[in-house]
Amino acid sequence: MNKPIDFIGIRLGMWLFLYSEIILFGGMFVLYAAYFHAYPTDFVEGGRQLNRVIGAINTIILLLSSFTVAASITAIRLGSKKLSLSLIGFSFICGIVFLINKYFEWGAKFHHDIYPNSETLINGPPGQNIFFGLYYVITGLHGLHVIIGMTLLAISFVLVASNKIHAERFAMLENSGLYWHLVDLIWIFVFPLFYLVL
Amino acid sequence: MSDVKSFFDTPAPAHLTGIKAWLLTHDHKRLAIMYLWAVMFWFTVAIILGLLIRIELMSIGPTIMGAKLYNSAFTLHGVIMIFLFIIPAIPAIFGNFILPIQLGADDVFFPRLNLLSWYLYMLGGLLAIVSLFTGGGFPDTGWTFYVPFSVTTNHSVPLTLTAAFILGMSSMLTGLNFITTVHRMRVKEMGWMQIPLFTWSLYATGWVQLLATPVISITLLLVIFERAFGIGLFDPDKGGDPVLYQHLFWMYSHPVVYVMILPGMGIISEVIPTFSRKAIFGYKAIVWSSMGIAVAGSLVWAHHMYTSGISDTAVFIFSLLTYLVAIPTAIKVFSWVATLYKASIEMTPPLLYALIFIYLFTVGGLTGLVIGAAGTNIHVHDTQFIVAHFHFTMFGGAGFAFFAGLHFWWPKMFGVMYNIKKAYIAATLITVGFMFHYVPMFVLGMMGMPRRYFDYLPQFAQGNALAGIGGIIMVIGLLLMLYNLVMSLREKVVAPENPWGGVTLEWSVPSPPPVHNFVTAPSVKDYPYDFSEVLKKAAQS
Repeated sequence: MNKPIDFIGIRLGMWLFLYSEIILFGGMFVLYAAYFHAYPTDFVEGGRQLNRVIGAINTIILLLSSFTVAASITAIRLGSKKLSLSLIGFSFICGIVFLINKYFEWGAKFHHDIYPNSETLINGPPGQNIFFGLYYVITGLHGLHVIIGMTLLAISFVLVASNKIHAERFAMLENSGLYWHLVDLIWIFVFPLFYLVL
Repeated sequence: MSDVKSFFDTPAPAHLTGIKAWLLTHDHKRLAIMYLWAVMFWFTVAIILGLLIRIELMSIGPTIMGAKLYNSAFTLHGVIMIFLFIIPAIPAIFGNFILPIQLGADDVFFPRLNLLSWYLYMLGGLLAIVSLFTGGGFPDTGWTFYVPFSVTTNHSVPLTLTAAFILGMSSMLTGLNFITTVHRMRVKEMGWMQIPLFTWSLYATGWVQLLATPVISITLLLVIFERAFGIGLFDPDKGGDPVLYQHLFWMYSHPVVYVMILPGMGIISEVIPTFSRKAIFGYKAIVWSSMGIAVAGSLVWAHHMYTSGISDTAVFIFSLLTYLVAIPTAIKVFSWVATLYKASIEMTPPLLYALIFIYLFTVGGLTGLVIGAAGTNIHVHDTQFIVAHFHFTMFGGAGFAFFAGLHFWWPKMFGVMYNIKKAYIAATLITVGFMFHYVPMFVLGMMGMPRRYFDYLPQFAQGNALAGIGGIIMVIGLLLMLYNLVMSLREKVVAPENPWGGVTLEWSVPSPPPVHNFVTAPSVKDYPYDFSEVLKKAAQS
């Protein structure tokens, strides 16, 4: 059983998995499309109430972290363990900052009595309720994926530090990186759908 | 042959012993056996539930249970049969066991992921049991979990949904594993058009699993969220649309019927040429029709929703697309029949099941056209006609294909042969019972008896009594079949390497196979169904 490790196969499996994740969010986007069709004005109104600055900052943070993850893979392939570790660490911190921003954003909305089943939403226009319902479900699920991605990055960090991941064997880091890109990609769709809807 | 140690005697990884050698194994064959027993357990439970439902319906008024219990019984029958039996049965048992061997590989691509899938399956089953005894009582929504009822009922729904979610994940990971295995683990000499048809069908199934399962996952999650937070995404009072739930649900659940039937068609495509001693008719057509069903089947979901208030245009388009699925399906049926034509047929239990499959599945498919047409659909929508139709396709189709596979590969999996005569008797009993059980439901449906009703008017009494008797005969047959198979493990009549004269790679390895499957390097034929050597050998003896 000393066959060479088939990295292409491992990557193929990961891509298939990412594909299923996209379909998962695809189901949510179908709901978004249907409800946007039903309540266009309420959705625009809802979009105005979200904080575009924080949204834009979060987008930049995720894009930046996607770059550093990609760079960390290149670093490990070139045998530079220290650089790779610091790049993974940086991406991880980006994830934390993203979640902190999200926490304050959600907190502010809760403060204004906007959360699922709140008085304001129930008594307000139905489109508004749907908009914020979708907002919480989609960004919540996305946040969950950020946490999963951060867990994978943390595991990769430990494996790189203990030399389990090195220039010849980096499939785990590469797959964690792919997952992180997915988290980024989904946010790239979520951001305009909620913050920039006009 | 005795000089080769079977996988039963060789733990993998090698250092494991006793029960751990099973519970922590990476061996696809051991996992297949573990799936087999778990699936069989659930199958038996669901059969008994189904029987209780039909006995309840044998006479007017409460017979053996009340209306509430009846609702739970048909819900559990559906949930178990769909999520714990038909979806995993063929891919997880025979797919795991046979697919790597047919490709000339020693395991699936991700063995540890395979083990994880098994644990997810067991966890899903366990949660399903727990959901029975927690919360407000047995789940009573039907297996479709339609809103608004699934959001408002106080019975234990969230746990059942979580169970279905986890089972979906298990099936999806199995599909992912198979796709990767087919792409990366084939022996070098095997081109795409030399892959055996069973493996081809699992490949197509894998794509459907990947494409469709995430949609049900998100849909079930949404129902859980609705119950937990009251968001109102499907609640008209809060601006939501319950029909959207149906769309999302059927976007998964229609493709998933192809997850159930495609691997079954794969089994039939193996059994028929083997016992015809003849190359299968239209190998490429069968391959492409598998992929065609996978694609077209993903685009027909709204034919479950003709009466839910979707637009006439949508009804027209979905009706048309539904009819298109009939084309690749019919290509398969005609290819099987053409394979049998002028063949030197050897009758065996697997072939008998396969022949019954063709008949029952054709009836199921043709009645599917009655339902797929918008006009007649309105008449029979939500009646017993629908129940009869999908049992003809799912049970008469996928179920009988499963039985065919069970009798076909049993000697390979365990190295023992079952009692052939008892197998014939069981098959006959099941079929006779099946016809008496489901044909009356077609008639009842045309007369207007709704499905899922606890009670009915006097004019439906005769049909229901007949269906009940048929059901009892069928269950006796099923129990005899299971008994016969289990007894073969005790009687230990040794089966040879190739009892049926099969030509795909699994018949070139010992029964049961050794842990790395192949004793000598697998040799791939130019064409997977070339019987010239089998016929030559038969002529010599």
